[in-house]
Amino acid sequence: MNTLLDAYANITGQGVIDHLRQLAAPLRGMKVVHVNSTRVGGGVAEILEKLVPLMQELSIDTSWEVITGNDDFFQCTKAMHNTLQGSRTRIPENLLATYEQINRDNAEQLRAKLEEADFVFIHDPQPAPLLSHCPNRQGKWIWRCHIDASHPFRPVWKYLRGFVAGYDASIFSLARFARTLPHPQYIIPPSIDPLSEKNMELPEAEIKAVFSDFDLDPERPLLLQVSRFDRFKDPLGVIQAYKLVKRFVPDQQLVLAGGSATDDPEGEAVLQEVKEAAQGDPDIHILLLPPDSHRRINALQRAADIILQKSIKEGFGLTVTEAMWKGKPVIGGNAGGIGLQVINFNTGFRVNTPEGAALRIRYLLHHPEKMQAMGHKGREFVRDNFLLTRHLREYLTLILSLHYGGAERIELG
Amino acid sequence: MNDKTDQNNHQEPGREFVIKDCALIAIATGSRAMTLRELRDLLLSVTPDSIYYHFWGGLLQPRFEEREYNNDFAAWAWYEMHDAILAERLAVIDPTECQNMEELRQQLLEIVEERLDERETVSWMFASAPFEFIRSQIVVFDTGKRAASPEELAALLPDVSPSSIFYHFIDSRRRLGHHGDDFSFWLSGFNACHRGLCDKLVAIDPYFVSLPELKNQLVKLFQTHFNKETV
Repeated sequence: MNTLLDAYANITGQGVIDHLRQLAAPLRGMKVVHVNSTRVGGGVAEILEKLVPLMQELSIDTSWEVITGNDDFFQCTKAMHNTLQGSRTRIPENLLATYEQINRDNAEQLRAKLEEADFVFIHDPQPAPLLSHCPNRQGKWIWRCHIDASHPFRPVWKYLRGFVAGYDASIFSLARFARTLPHPQYIIPPSIDPLSEKNMELPEAEIKAVFSDFDLDPERPLLLQVSRFDRFKDPLGVIQAYKLVKRFVPDQQLVLAGGSATDDPEGEAVLQEVKEAAQGDPDIHILLLPPDSHRRINALQRAADIILQKSIKEGFGLTVTEAMWKGKPVIGGNAGGIGLQVINFNTGFRVNTPEGAALRIRYLLHHPEKMQAMGHKGREFVRDNFLLTRHLREYLTLILSLHYGGAERIELG
Repeated sequence: MNDKTDQNNHQEPGREFVIKDCALIAIATGSRAMTLRELRDLLLSVTPDSIYYHFWGGLLQPRFEEREYNNDFAAWAWYEMHDAILAERLAVIDPTECQNMEELRQQLLEIVEERLDERETVSWMFASAPFEFIRSQIVVFDTGKRAASPEELAALLPDVSPSSIFYHFIDSRRRLGHHGDDFSFWLSGFNACHRGLCDKLVAIDPYFVSLPELKNQLVKLFQTHFNKETV
């Protein structure tokens, strides 16, 4: 029978899967519980959707629990998310009271399971207070922060710190995202799932279809940025770069693909600015795609010649990882985790200005052989470092590290 | 479960070679340097495993293989401090020549302090991003593979993982008193006809290659040696 691990072995090589099996062997039968706040949608759910069955296949008794909440709860946790990323907004007391009550209620449902688990992974701030409601917990508790918390709004971080300080360990995606906490802070970068709709191989016909569906010319160079219409993603800077290149490469086309911004007033304003900046140029295509357009985005990325992620501020930048997995050179803003992925003259270029982006676009369009070589390097770089299997390896290493007392060197017999 | 923490585990000459493997996990120390003076101050107190991580950790952690500089200190000096002179001096440090992490720490300090003495401006210039001190934990496990003879080891090598090569060829330098690798240490227990192979193993410079490249070099050395022997 073909297992999920076999499917990954086809992509990573059998050695990577053998490595996982050996690392997981001492953990056979242990109970691991992951807790987050949504079963579908968002990066955390996407990771758990595959991570949990993979851990199960490795004979670790793994389960995934989702806490339930009301509108006020999610309004509070959304505000928490934004403030941890630096937005300076106080969260009203009544919302914080709801946040704590919802966690108390969920703890009533989950307590028995969480208290008997050997390892509990609590993802992001939503379920963070659960630990305080499980006084008889037997195992180790780990808080996994998927957010760039490098410059949080202090009052909100101080409040949240009260809930997470009691954990046995925390995980951040980059060292610079880590906060001062009285326990080990592990560094585990995120990953992409090569088998998901976002990243899987697609039939050639499906890739070609995007040209006709979105009125694009397959014979002309195609630049693409996939991101929300958000100032931090600098879509106006991308259009400026495109216009600077246009004088030299008049037949290029630009696609800015993002989600509908109707529920986000600032996003709506940015979208209007982008539309105005693009006005009068039929080769700038602004695509508002539904949130479940994973295959469409996958096809667009595969159809593009160059992928841009000209962010001014960025978390890890998984859209860059996804672009590289499709074998494309990436021109990325010099921000966040982009620096870990986009290596000048190897996997693409890091830029600081629209002028810088324009220069690199021109360079790449004049060196198609370099585009191909960079794309190839980028794909192999992702294969070695940013697939879900590496993420799982680090989770297993962390569990072993905590299980054996956190010594610098742990030798398993 | 057999738990053996913090234990030296040498490949004893004369006994079968036990192929081991390892995984590394990074831990933030919370120590950050924004200036060269801060880097110097923190270098005085960081744990040896943090220095180890910044020289060797890149081989097992997500990082681009073809790096311009082979240790994190040199890369920071260039990319964040924009000090090419300091970057070149730091990059030339070869950790394999140091007896231990303390000696390596002293080499780093000497170069940093020399630079601070040379130019007053260097001491107060801010980096564009901080140097984040990271330490690591290593988990070592038995793959179940064994070699009773050098020939068997040569046959097993093409199938061992890059992280296994890290354990036996790089991590060994911390475990073995004489700073060698597990392979040549183990081969020294056999007859003198393998001395040539041992010499070639010792001559490999692991500092400038990726683990897959290092593995290829080792496989070729073993194959060449044993093919010659059978001729």
